[in-house]
Amino acid sequence: MAEKTIATFEVRRLEILDEEGNADKALMPSLTGDDIRGIYEKMLLSRAFDERALRLQREGRLGTYASIRGQEAAQAASAFAAEKSDWIFPSFRETGVQITVGYPIFMLFQYWSGDERGMKCPDDLSVFPICISVSTHLPHAVGAAIAMKLKKQKKAAIVYFGDGATSKGDFHEAFNMAGVFKAPVVFICQNNQWAISVPLSRQTAARTLAQKALAYGFPGIQVDGNDVFAVYRAASEALHKARDGEGPSFIECQTYRISDHTTADDSSRYRPAREVEYWRAKDPIKRLKTYMEKEGLLTEDYQRQLEEKNESALDEAFRKMEEIGPPPPSEMFARTFKEPTRREDIEMRSFVDGGG
Amino acid sequence: MAVVNMVQALNMALRQEMEKDPSVLVLGEDVGVNGGVFRVTEGLLERFGGERVMDTPLSECGIVGAAIGMAAFGFLPVAEIQFMGFIYGAFDQLASHASRLRARSRGRFSCPLVIRTPYGAGIKAIELHSESTEALFAHIPGLKVVVPSGPASAKGLLTSAIRDPDPVLFLEPARLYRMIKEEVPEGPYTIPIGRARMARKGRGLTIISWGSMLQKTMKAAEGFDADVIDLQSLSPWDEEAVMASVKKTGRAVIVQEAPRTCGFASEIAACLAEEAIAYLRAPVMRVAAYDVVMPLARLEDFYMPGIGTIRKTIEEALKY
Ligand SMILES: Cc1ncc(C[n+]2csc(CCOP(=O)(O)OP(=O)(O)O)c2C)c(N)n1
Ligand SMILES: [Mg+2]
Repeated sequence: MAEKTIATFEVRRLEILDEEGNADKALMPSLTGDDIRGIYEKMLLSRAFDERALRLQREGRLGTYASIRGQEAAQAASAFAAEKSDWIFPSFRETGVQITVGYPIFMLFQYWSGDERGMKCPDDLSVFPICISVSTHLPHAVGAAIAMKLKKQKKAAIVYFGDGATSKGDFHEAFNMAGVFKAPVVFICQNNQWAISVPLSRQTAARTLAQKALAYGFPGIQVDGNDVFAVYRAASEALHKARDGEGPSFIECQTYRISDHTTADDSSRYRPAREVEYWRAKDPIKRLKTYMEKEGLLTEDYQRQLEEKNESALDEAFRKMEEIGPPPPSEMFARTFKEPTRREDIEMRSFVDGGG
Repeated sequence: MAVVNMVQALNMALRQEMEKDPSVLVLGEDVGVNGGVFRVTEGLLERFGGERVMDTPLSECGIVGAAIGMAAFGFLPVAEIQFMGFIYGAFDQLASHASRLRARSRGRFSCPLVIRTPYGAGIKAIELHSESTEALFAHIPGLKVVVPSGPASAKGLLTSAIRDPDPVLFLEPARLYRMIKEEVPEGPYTIPIGRARMARKGRGLTIISWGSMLQKTMKAAEGFDADVIDLQSLSPWDEEAVMASVKKTGRAVIVQEAPRTCGFASEIAACLAEEAIAYLRAPVMRVAAYDVVMPLARLEDFYMPGIGTIRKTIEEALKY
């Protein structure tokens, strides 16, 4: 008889771009100057959307909104690594992902104004509807990935969620199924360190979230989530592996939620301003911009043009949403089932007869 | 007497029961430092400390499951589910365990817990924050379901729920949290679970409602000679009060916020058919939401049964 170590694990963390905008050449993923500008443009547009949405909400022109400020690198760089054919399963804080894959901005405005028509992903994009109930969409991504595998498609599913989501059973059940079926799925946690007022230390006693994948038999890695190159590299490797039949991966992007949880929240009640300032200094956009300036990828002109283009794109999108107007009440009766039931028919008629 | 809103009334009840009985615990997401997203548990962490007021991981199944364990082992947990739309992850714990522990252990264990959760439409929230699915829970034998309609009933009913020896699902109408202010006794008091409240007295018609719809029902009933019954508890519910009133008036209109099919109004209508049919002068009528997936904020007002619809239904019943 003997007592011996039968398994040991290590958890890796990837960092490529430091806060001064210097990249580690040895770890740098293969991205052209145009690619880098592409990611930067998506990050900038995401930030502009975020600022606009917060402003519109304050003016009473949008409903409750969940800001992504500070998480642009984790979102844009990972989504940039996806192919158009990969399916994305977002939670409610993935505006930057949606913008990166080209989700129409007027539809994001529709959604956040409380109009379900904004949830209908255009046919040429692969984005599942936003999931509100935390963590409940993880098993869907696993199922979709299994479906892709059964159909022998070279595709992957990418599912986004927060640190809080790792506390739910759905997370563990999805991870376990993914491992067992070697599903082509990439789990991306944006560990922004808060779940409303609850800090990460209340979600887990584990040192990292990344290590949770190890228990389910597939790799997990932590990356600096404010580092576009680390996020891109990890996501792109995981996606290639998934598409090549090598199973699931988990990426923990360590980042920070700079804004309140949503516009209905007041984070000064539960976290020190100092912490927010500390993370504000690690701004992912600023970091990439510094790098691009050093590498000659960004001029003032280009920056100004981008900002102007973004503002007019947002103006245009909001105008379009307003022109389309509120959803007609009949939308409510559409699509509970493929064919309305007899009861729904009666109810719809009584609604119309009653003058709406 | 203090003039308070429902949030404050609930907070008073929690505070007073925690003062009185050290086995009362509060747990849930954001209930401690943040005082709950609606502030119902505000100040409790400061007053009673982290062992009695627990900010939990984001884990509805864990929260309710752990509350069952705590309840079985000597505590009186009051768990908060942040919105009713997130309770389904804990449905297994409620349907398979909380409601059955007394029966399954043949009385060796009981499960004196309270699950508080905001429910209902009218707050222009995002998806899954606005449904009324009380009937799903009222269908479970062994689980009590209580729904206050204002600050005074909220405080008295929550106090009863905490003291109740069995599991209670306590549904808080989110729309009314800060809408109504009324006089509420300063000290602890109870309102019996299973008893309705006669909110208004009349002769020609009985209108039955609960929770979030009561306020609209009262407005709609203005000018009609009607009994308005605030059910307060759905499981068990006060059949006696409802039968007595309907036998007197001969007409019944039931107002619920939930979709029509298999809503709690259906249960009441069925009992009226069984027990009061000989007294009825008009068909029993239900006011309910449509049998559709609840729309997002911009169509919410079209979805929710309104005062106009309630009035029309009352007039309809009075035609007989
Ligand atoms: C199952 C469930 N429980 C509770 C909520 C309410 N809620 C919305 S977001 C949130 C915190 C989520 O934290 P995290 O997963 O870290 O994502 P983040 O908001 O930080 O992006 C909570 C508790 C919910 N939406 N779903
Ligand atoms: Mg988080």
